[in-house]
Amino acid sequence: MIKFSFIFLCGITLHSLWGKDNLLEAIAQLGPKGGGNEDVVKHWISLKQMSSADIPILLKAMNQANDLGDNWIRAALFEILENSGENALPEDEIVKIIKDHQNEGSTRRTAFDFLLSHSSQVAQSLVPTFIDDPEPTLRREGVHLLLEQAKALEKKDQSVEAYEYALGKARDVDQIEKACDSLEELGKSIDLPKVMGFITTWEVIGPFDNNLRKGFGKAFTPEKEANPRSINHEGKNGLLKWQTSSTADRLGLLDLNQPFGHIKEVLCYAYHEFEASMDQSVHFRIGSKNAWKLWVNNELIFARDEYHRGGTRVDQFVLDGRLKKGKNKILVKVCQNEQTESWTKQWEFCFRVTDKSGTPIPSPN
Amino acid sequence: MKISTLFATLLLIHPFASADWQGFRGTLGNGKIEGKISPDLNLTSSKSWNIALPGRGLSSPIIIDNLILVTASSGPQQSNLHILAYNVGNGVLAWERIFKATGRTICHSKTSVAASTMVSNGNVVVAQFSSNDIFCLDLNGNLVWLRGLTFDYPNIANGLGMSSSPVTAKGVLITQVENDADSFTFGLNIQNGTTLWKKTRPRGANWTSPIVLDQNSDRWIGLQSKEGLTFINPSNGNEIWSYHEGASTIPSSVVAENKMVLIPSNGLTAVKEPTLHSSPIQKWTNNKLSPGTGSPAISGDQVFVVNRANVLTSASVKNGEINWRLRIKGPVSASPVTTDQLLFIFSEEGIGQVIDISSTKEGKVLKELDLQDTILCTPAADNGSLFVRSDKKLWKLSP
Repeated sequence: MIKFSFIFLCGITLHSLWGKDNLLEAIAQLGPKGGGNEDVVKHWISLKQMSSADIPILLKAMNQANDLGDNWIRAALFEILENSGENALPEDEIVKIIKDHQNEGSTRRTAFDFLLSHSSQVAQSLVPTFIDDPEPTLRREGVHLLLEQAKALEKKDQSVEAYEYALGKARDVDQIEKACDSLEELGKSIDLPKVMGFITTWEVIGPFDNNLRKGFGKAFTPEKEANPRSINHEGKNGLLKWQTSSTADRLGLLDLNQPFGHIKEVLCYAYHEFEASMDQSVHFRIGSKNAWKLWVNNELIFARDEYHRGGTRVDQFVLDGRLKKGKNKILVKVCQNEQTESWTKQWEFCFRVTDKSGTPIPSPN
Repeated sequence: MKISTLFATLLLIHPFASADWQGFRGTLGNGKIEGKISPDLNLTSSKSWNIALPGRGLSSPIIIDNLILVTASSGPQQSNLHILAYNVGNGVLAWERIFKATGRTICHSKTSVAASTMVSNGNVVVAQFSSNDIFCLDLNGNLVWLRGLTFDYPNIANGLGMSSSPVTAKGVLITQVENDADSFTFGLNIQNGTTLWKKTRPRGANWTSPIVLDQNSDRWIGLQSKEGLTFINPSNGNEIWSYHEGASTIPSSVVAENKMVLIPSNGLTAVKEPTLHSSPIQKWTNNKLSPGTGSPAISGDQVFVVNRANVLTSASVKNGEINWRLRIKGPVSASPVTTDQLLFIFSEEGIGQVIDISSTKEGKVLKELDLQDTILCTPAADNGSLFVRSDKKLWKLSP
């Protein structure tokens, strides 16, 4: 009888462990287009056997999961906490996870969110340590604190110093602008395009035909050539030459109406050679209210066929990519459509390169 | 038989019949409230309550059993996606789930990531956000499945934000994600979220929501776009009826009680009840009935539209002739909801207006209620009360 109970208990424990492993494996295997959903649903029952002690395991499983898997895990955490009571969060383990930069940013951010809702004081005590955090959303919390502290200072010199420090740590556009605005109010001049790392000088060529918006999908010669800058190209009105176009705009906006005039149903190409000091994973950050395509080293990174749906924003599209050591060829195709309303005049884009934490990687060119 | 008769009688005499409000503009998607609501709604009655919401949103609440559910979005990029369930009676939070957006969250400042209204089949609830993240949960808040449609197709996004509210039919969740770039309508298995079908749709930003047409024992789904209105079979997405005269991309169509379909097209156009593979038979069109942002509502033989000049117009469903016009307080983004006698509409400035629609001679404002907040959402109704939300609060308004 004792033996039978022992075997039975071992069986339950093993089943529980396997169930948990199977669930985490299913979450890690989630793919796009609903792929793997059914498997997760099949193993979701094993959540019933989990307790708050499993929360760190689930959080760490986010290190292997994609964004969809992360959301499954968030749902699991809510369910476990509801089943086990309000104060069941294993705080010490959670804090360790947040502090360990080996964990993915989403893991640490989710751990912080749950800690914040259960032990606000403990969570808040960590915020000052986030000012150099690789996870942008945690860094933002730290910078927010710096900005609040700077605002509270009464002496001008101290305020300037505090805002300059905050500016050096800020990575989100609104926080950078806030620090800059405050510094300018205090009489300091800030080179915002430099701070944010915008590419402000481009070689441009155009106009090419975009009648009926068909130019977006048509491959004109600049996008066919391995070295588009090396030759001139046939455009809408004959042979075109490259010209240099620069911007002094506060947010790095290159106004293409300037070199080409206010013309409609056209497109142009902008080219920049980016000298990188090493091979690295980066974010290409582009903003445009026009349709556009982006190539880096002749590889299409992303294309967006949409016109004038809202304004151009800094970091409107944040795209994963790579820079190789040495010269990198950046080519942007920017299209203008046929609309005539006053809010459709803009033909523009802004562009910068950052690392994955949002730190600008300036172009030396 | 006797029991059935008694039950039916009880239902008929119950002054405030309770019925779920399962989606955008109610379970039938026409803004019609089952039962009555007193015009004397107020903020301070013993049954009224209001609670703070943790994030922004203009999605309407839905009501299933004793739960009122609503979505919200929070955080600097609105990337925190909240699904909230409250007790209808007292506004106490029953459960909350917070997810992260996997798609784009940029949208116009007037709208928000929580713009689409949830939908339910009575067993599960489905929440969709402007990031095209979709979550299906049971009524206890347990996740059943999730999808990230922009995760799957990175170009289904709209720079101004998405707002179409999904519907369900025959075990399928139908969701329109239609844009200038990639433009699709999906049929997802409500059991597990897998794609049953995906149809390429006209390219162009489209904020309208699908409508449901009950056809004998069948159920068809109407998809509106700039090209017109198409009814499809929800099981496979195949087209079974089409109107090609163009239509608005903001206010949605509505099915009248006689199953005529009223389409925001050339003002407002009424077509005879669609039948399988038939051509549309236009009954009338009236260019003076063009709705503004909100969709038309129905009560008996009256159709109501609010135009961009904040004029509420009542017209006959049968022939499109205008009964009366009434200037109301605007601007108005929300769609009206109706009982047999009353119409309820909220202005963007938070003025709730109760309008007597019992006469086809004139409409009369019976009461105004100032919520002192920006209201963009279409109200929900249940058991004699109205429910409405802002970026900050959720209200239950009772007599």
